[in-house]
Amino acid sequence: MRFSFSDEQAMIAETVRSFFAEQATSERTRAAMETAHGHDAELWRSAAQELGLVGLALPEEYGGSGLGQIESAIVAEAAGHQVAALPLLSTALAVRALVAGGTADQRAHWLPKLASGEVIGSYGEGGRIDGGRLHGRIDHVPHGAVAELFVIAADGGVALLSRDAAVVTPCTSMDQTRPYARIDADGAAVELLADGPAAIDAAMRAGWIALAADALGGAQACLDRTVAYAKERVQFGRAIGSFQAIKHRLADMMVEIEQTRSAVYWAACAADEGAPDALLAAHAAKALAADTYRFCAGNMIQLHGGIGFTWEHDAHLFFKRAQSDATLLGTPEWHRERIAVLVGLDGTCLDEAA
Amino acid sequence: MKLGFTPEEEAFRAEAVAWLQAELSGPFADLRGITSLTAAPDRRRAWERRLGEARWGCIGWPEAYGGRDATLAEQVIFAEEYARAGAPPRLNHIGVELAGPTILAFGSDEQKARLLPPIARGEQLWCQGYSEPNAGSDLANVRTRAWRDGGDWVIEGQKVWTSLAQFSDWIFVVARTEPGSKGPKGLSFLLVPIDQPGVTVRPIRQITGDAEFNETFFDGARTAAANILGEPGQGWQVAMALLGFERGVSTLAQQMGFRNELDAVIRAAKTNGAARDPLIRQRIAKAEIGLRLMRYGALRMLSGGTGGAVEAAALTYKIQWASWRRSLGELAIDVLGIAGEIGEGADYGFGELSTLFLYSRADTIYGGTNQIQRNIIAERALGLPREPRGDIG
Ligand SMILES: Cc1cc2nc3c(=O)[nH]c(=O)nc-3n(C[C@H](O)[C@H](O)[C@H](O)COP(=O)(O)OP(=O)(O)OC[C@H]3O[C@@H](n4cnc5c(N)ncnc54)[C@H](O)[C@@H]3O)c2cc1C
Repeated sequence: MRFSFSDEQAMIAETVRSFFAEQATSERTRAAMETAHGHDAELWRSAAQELGLVGLALPEEYGGSGLGQIESAIVAEAAGHQVAALPLLSTALAVRALVAGGTADQRAHWLPKLASGEVIGSYGEGGRIDGGRLHGRIDHVPHGAVAELFVIAADGGVALLSRDAAVVTPCTSMDQTRPYARIDADGAAVELLADGPAAIDAAMRAGWIALAADALGGAQACLDRTVAYAKERVQFGRAIGSFQAIKHRLADMMVEIEQTRSAVYWAACAADEGAPDALLAAHAAKALAADTYRFCAGNMIQLHGGIGFTWEHDAHLFFKRAQSDATLLGTPEWHRERIAVLVGLDGTCLDEAA
Repeated sequence: MKLGFTPEEEAFRAEAVAWLQAELSGPFADLRGITSLTAAPDRRRAWERRLGEARWGCIGWPEAYGGRDATLAEQVIFAEEYARAGAPPRLNHIGVELAGPTILAFGSDEQKARLLPPIARGEQLWCQGYSEPNAGSDLANVRTRAWRDGGDWVIEGQKVWTSLAQFSDWIFVVARTEPGSKGPKGLSFLLVPIDQPGVTVRPIRQITGDAEFNETFFDGARTAAANILGEPGQGWQVAMALLGFERGVSTLAQQMGFRNELDAVIRAAKTNGAARDPLIRQRIAKAEIGLRLMRYGALRMLSGGTGGAVEAAALTYKIQWASWRRSLGELAIDVLGIAGEIGEGADYGFGELSTLFLYSRADTIYGGTNQIQRNIIAERALGLPREPRGDIG
């Protein structure tokens, strides 16, 4: 039992932190935001090819590094700290679904391409599959406008859909760094996965942890930046950071963030070890991290005053990402309701009769 | 990063479980499930001695002083199994978790050899003489004085809110030993036997109706010159280091006890139907998350060694658990509804969960209030400017 990074994990963390800090600058993120696809292609290329970050958790036979959820969380946290405009989450969903539920051929064909960054993947829920064809409309597909391969969980199965088989429309999305797209599939040909439920389960569990890690990184950035501002902004002849009303809020942000850090790494570790409480941990991490991020991003705006409300300042990027992390793949309330069931609130209390 | 336990660690667990089972189904069955800090003090004194005899009292300490040199994992395991077995709260938790580690860190070899084994054997119970009527959050404002008289220190003054002093054999006292000194300067950390004519302990009734804490008066009380920890005038450093131990392994043990409390809340909610209320379900889920995270927060801080980010993160732990338990108390009473406000017997006795509701108001006060802890986080972890201090002279 040792709940801290191994030397190798610490090194990965160091590397990805400086990579994203140097590369995923505010200027680059904003440039990507201006487009409908919200994608920094150059950053994606170097993340996938130079650092191998996209295939990190993939088995080596598919061109990955065979690492676990802990390492994936480290990457997501570092990217989240910079609100990087990358389809990391959406690709991870597709990758996890394929690994867990794809046929041998599907895995061999797609996984190396996804790992190298050559193909961007995404995941959506909706529509209906009938005789190898997908009908209907799939909303809220993250980074859908740049994805070429979609895993679609539909009525009647989970299937692979390639971009040219359907009509993909970018949506005006509140979080422009992770914009949604809409898919209209009018009888598009799809290929069923071998094990749909396993694919969904794997994608969800990994997705929840990835979102929680993204939120952890983002919340920490909100705190770091607000602390720096509170030390330099002077009002009433004092740095505003000397006022208790400000100090206590910043302290509360740190308290929440440290709990979230425990939650994210617990969830990742439990997933890697196949621990019996892995599912509960993933729900816990997603619920808590989303709340923490919204709390910290909201405070970031408040404690910056007027400047925090401007487009020019980065606060709104964090605020919007926080909202997206909260709603995507289940709200905090939904995850807590799952936990309520897991702790047995639905059963009657038999031992009480004794 | 690794959370699972090794086969050796699991073997250690089995040994602990077997021992606890044997004792708590056998000779100490009457103590199983006790949660009040003041209930059955004589029996719990016997329990402390039994733990000591079997060397389960202070397993993290060096063997030389009665410990087992237990690894962190073993300490976690024992704390978990101790709580799972329904063993009673440690009557000597201040000795085991605060006085002991401080003596280990600051004591001379002579002091360690003399003072630690009786704690490990469960023979000497300790309490903490920090707070005074005018020195609470502003602990450095203590007025209790002490001076040398031949081979002794003589102590004059008053402490307040001294938990468990009525059961204790020793008290550690922060006293002003340099006349005219102010604030953290000129203080000394003295170890004082309680059973002497110069010390009077008067219990104070608290919100629960119970009296766990006391006023402690020193009126020419004496302790041998050898019973000072650290140098004269350097007591503040010792006092502050001790507060650091409050976030040590003891927090893990405490967190395991919280598991039993949350389980009791969940049982109550299932029994009376509150578990069907969506808002209650949300709050129970939040409590479950918070509880789990206390464990992993503590493990992270203990696994991470000292220094840097982990050290800073550890400052958040007090607020984390205190706020969690206060919310649990509120949840408990809300789950019970009006029934939770009806007591048992004539002398203001309430059930476990109602008492938890009342008691948990203290968690955000003792050991430093949440406000003070936020100041500490803001200044030490986040590097914000110090708050201005008035001079009250
Ligand atoms: C159940 C219980 C057990 C205890 N056991 C012990 C014990 O064994 N030994 C011992 O020595 N003490 C013990 N204490 C005392 C405890 O440590 C003090 O009560 C605590 O430190 C607060 O001090 P105070 O009561 O004097 O309140 P005060 O310091 O007077 O505080 C009053 C209010 O003012 C706020 N406040 C004060 N200063 C500031 C500031 N700078 N910024 C913002 N807000 C501020 C506080 O947060 C609080 O809300 C115990 C207390 C309780 C409740």
